[in-house]
Amino acid sequence: MNRLTFGGLAPAVSLFGAMVILLAAVGSALVIGETVIPLPTIWNVLKLEFGYSAPEVNPIDHGILWSYRLPRAILAMACGASLALSGVVLQALLRNPLSDPYILGLSAGASTGAVSVAILGFGAGVLSLSGGAFIGALMAFGFVAFLARMAKGEGAGATSSLALLLAGVAGAQLFHALTALIIAKSADANQARAIIFWMMGNLSGSRWQDVYLAVPVTMLGLGVIFGHFRALDAMTFGREAAQSMGIRTSAVMTILIGTTALLTAIMVSLSGAIGFVGLVVPHAARFLVGVRHVVLIPAAALAGGVFLIMADIVSRVLIPGQTLPIGVVTALVGAPAFAVILVRSSRAHSG
Amino acid sequence: MRILVEDISLSIQGKPILQDVSLDIASGQSLALIGPNGSGKSTLLRVMAGHICADQGQVTIGKDRLCDLSPRNLAQRLGFVSQEAGTTDAIAVEDAVKLGRTPWLSLLSPFRGEDSRIVETAMSEMAISAYGKKQFNTLSGGEKQRVHIARVLAQTPQIFLLDEPTNHLDIRHQIAIIDWVIRQKSTVAMAVHDLNHAFACDRVAVLHGGKLVAFGEPSEVLVPDVIETVFQVAVHPNFAAQLNRPVLAFSKSAAAQ
Repeated sequence: MNRLTFGGLAPAVSLFGAMVILLAAVGSALVIGETVIPLPTIWNVLKLEFGYSAPEVNPIDHGILWSYRLPRAILAMACGASLALSGVVLQALLRNPLSDPYILGLSAGASTGAVSVAILGFGAGVLSLSGGAFIGALMAFGFVAFLARMAKGEGAGATSSLALLLAGVAGAQLFHALTALIIAKSADANQARAIIFWMMGNLSGSRWQDVYLAVPVTMLGLGVIFGHFRALDAMTFGREAAQSMGIRTSAVMTILIGTTALLTAIMVSLSGAIGFVGLVVPHAARFLVGVRHVVLIPAAALAGGVFLIMADIVSRVLIPGQTLPIGVVTALVGAPAFAVILVRSSRAHSG
Repeated sequence: MRILVEDISLSIQGKPILQDVSLDIASGQSLALIGPNGSGKSTLLRVMAGHICADQGQVTIGKDRLCDLSPRNLAQRLGFVSQEAGTTDAIAVEDAVKLGRTPWLSLLSPFRGEDSRIVETAMSEMAISAYGKKQFNTLSGGEKQRVHIARVLAQTPQIFLLDEPTNHLDIRHQIAIIDWVIRQKSTVAMAVHDLNHAFACDRVAVLHGGKLVAFGEPSEVLVPDVIETVFQVAVHPNFAAQLNRPVLAFSKSAAAQ
C-alpha cells in the first residue's frame, strides 16, 4: 500500500537516485572529450565563472569547458528531458506505446518549419526559427492524426498502433522530403551537412544562448505536463473513461499536445530532429518507477536528460577525432528498443 | 438521486439516433435499457452521462441540469462503466481502482487516508481485494469488469450508468453483477442484452430505432407482444416459481420468415 501512495518512499528514492546519476552524467560530459579535463580543473573554471577566487586555468581548457562542453551538456539534458516528456504525453494521450515525436513526424514537421524560416527567410532569429518549428510540428501532428483517423475509418477511441505508425511514417517521410527539397534548392555549399543536421540531430555548435531558450522551455513544459498528471493517469482506460472521471478531455488534449509540439519544436530548432529519445526513455522509466504519472513524469525527464548526455558522450568518443550526429547514436539504441516494444505491445493487444 | 430525461433527440451525420426519448428514474431505482443492436441504448447512456450533447431536450440529475454541471461536479455524482475499456499500460489493479478518486482530488487536495478507505471498500465490495497488486492486463474478463465497477464505486457517485456490464461474462459473474445492481442504494441505469436480467430491475425501457416504445415495470414491459415486435423473435414465457417471475425463452419468429 505504502509504495503506491503519493509521496511514498520508493519514488522519492528513485528520483533522488536519478538526480545523482544526472549530475554524474553532466560531470562525465565535462571530463570526457578529445582532451580529458580533470575534475579539479572543472571545479576551478566553475568557481572562476561564478566570481569566486580560484587558481588560474589553462585558457584553452577554460574555453573548451565553458564555451563548448558545458552549454552542450546542458542543451543535451534539456533536449533529452523535453523529448522524453513529449513521449510520455503522446503515449498516454494516444494510448499507443509506440508514440514519440520522432515516429509521429512531429520532429520532421518541426525541421521543415525551422528550415523554411532559416532558408526561405521570415527573419532568421532564434525565436522565429523556433516559431517556424512550432508551426511545422503542429502541421505534422494534424496531418498524421488526420491520416490515422482516416485509415481507421471511425471517430474517437484509441487509434490502432498500425494506423498511427503508418501515418507517422508517411508524415515523417513527407516532411523530411520537404526539408531536403528546401535545403537543396537553397544552393548552399553546406547543404548536405545541413540536411543531416536537421534529420539526424546534432548538438555541435551548442551555445549559451541556446541554453537560455532550452532550459526555460523545458521547465515550462515539465510544469504544465506535471500539472496534468491526474488527467494523464485518467487516460489509462481511454478518453471516455477519463471523461467520466471528470476530466475535460478535449481541453487537456489541446493543452498537452500543444505543449508537446512546443517542446519538440524548440528542441528541433536548436539541435535538429533527434530520434527515439521520446520512445525509449518513457518505457525505461515506466519499467523502473511504474506507470503512475506523478512519478513517471519527473523520472522520465531526468532519465531523458541522462540518456541524451550519455548518447552525446558516445557520439564524441566512438570514432576518435570525429563527432557523430547524436541522432545516429540514439537511433542505434532506439531502433532495437522500438522492435522490442512493438513485439511486446502487439502481444499485449492480441492477449 | 433522480434522473429525468426529457424529450431527447439526437442525429449523427443527419441520421436520427434518438427521437423524443423521455425517462424518469426515481432516486434509488434501477432501470434496464433494452433494445436490438443499433437501437440507441449506448448513445442514450452517453447522453445521460453527459458525454454526448443531445440536439434537443435535456437531462436533469437531482436538481441540476446536466449541462449546468462542470465535468468534475458531474463525475462526483455520476459514474459511467463503458464496455470493455482496456489499456496497454502495466497498471496494478489497486492503482486502477484509485483512478476513481480522480474527481475528488486536485493538486491542492492529494490522496488521503479517507480516499484509501473508500478504495479498499470498493475493492472488497467487488471481491477483488486479493488482486490489488496484480497487473490489470493479467486478469480475466470477469475480473476486469469488476475492477472497472470498483473504480466507478470509488468515485462514490449517486448514479451509476452501465453499458452492457454482463457482456462476455460467464453466468456466475453475470449473476454477481446483476445482484450488485439490485442491492445498490444508488440510482442505476444499465443497457442489457439478456432480457431475463432486465426482470431484476425496477423499471425497463425499450428502445427501438431510437424511439422509446415501452417504459414501465418489468411485468408490464417484458411481455411477448412488446418483445416480439421489437426483436422480431417468438417469445415463450415460463413461470419460474423459485424466482417468482417469468423466464423467457426465444425462437425464430414465424413472421420474420
